[in-house]
Amino acid sequence: MHIMEGFLPVEHAIGWSVASAPVVAYGLYSINKKIKKNPEQRMLLGVAAAFTFVLSALKMPSVTGSCSHPTGTGLGAILFGPSAVAPIGAVVLLFQALLLAHGGLTTLGANIFSMAIVGPFAAAAVFRLARAARFPFGVGVFLAASLGDLLTYVTTACQLAFAFPDPVGGFTASLAKFAGVFALTQIPLAISEGLLTVVVMNALLRFNREELGSLNIEGNGQEVQA
Amino acid sequence: MKRYQNLILLALVALLVAVPLWMVKRPAPGPDGAEVEIFAGADGQARDLVGTIAPSYKPRVNPLMEPASGEIESMLFALQAALGAGFIGYWLGSSATRTKLRRSKSEA
Repeated sequence: MHIMEGFLPVEHAIGWSVASAPVVAYGLYSINKKIKKNPEQRMLLGVAAAFTFVLSALKMPSVTGSCSHPTGTGLGAILFGPSAVAPIGAVVLLFQALLLAHGGLTTLGANIFSMAIVGPFAAAAVFRLARAARFPFGVGVFLAASLGDLLTYVTTACQLAFAFPDPVGGFTASLAKFAGVFALTQIPLAISEGLLTVVVMNALLRFNREELGSLNIEGNGQEVQA
Repeated sequence: MKRYQNLILLALVALLVAVPLWMVKRPAPGPDGAEVEIFAGADGQARDLVGTIAPSYKPRVNPLMEPASGEIESMLFALQAALGAGFIGYWLGSSATRTKLRRSKSEA
């Protein structure tokens, strides 16, 4: 989902950076506030960040014959709220832009917007909807993580289609092409990400129930068993 | 089922990774006889797609630093995964020990 360095017109690159910066800043503020209030959650926040580090380094093959990677942002979004994931995602993307030439500094804003903002916000919203619909906890986690992952890649396809509309078919034709590259490839990977997020969440529930309790994500405790 | 849930989920992930490797067939070599590359990165495919949609577009900026080779690149990716997995492993180990200690204390 990285838009490569230089592959956005200047005004788009600036626009996405301007859109992303305040969310990252607010995310830092909200993380600070949460950690000050509940210092014992520092470790959980580290786990959420580490999960994003691992998953975004795993390039997995897909049925379309190309490789892409999960994002790992759903877990943090469920635990700490979507804005807290924005700075985490920004760090991961910066690491990859500087050392790996994946993504870039000019496209950092756009990549943060898709992976660290749209994905986590979608995941948090899906999780809340699933809980409201009384889905079992694990199902909610799975749906949130996988749809957040998928929407990240749909966003990248939209960003590129917006920057490079097809000369004949315009935005829509271009979106279909980019979605063919990103979103279609991502479907099995999004499922993998959903499953892996449930695995980590199961471990959290087993060993860190108290910290989870202070995060207030479980709803009314007894449903967690499901 | 609950007991084996994580194992089942991890097996499903392994299956999701393995099935494409087995399903996707390498297309016949092109007219120039060059092997078609499969399982290339989606990022690179998108870059090529920009080239066909807007052939006149020239990227204005180049990455500050590119990994010197594919090997170096995989080393850096492995490092990224190792940092994350190391932290998760540390957390899992320490919280499992904490749970165990707490349990043995309450039994004593």
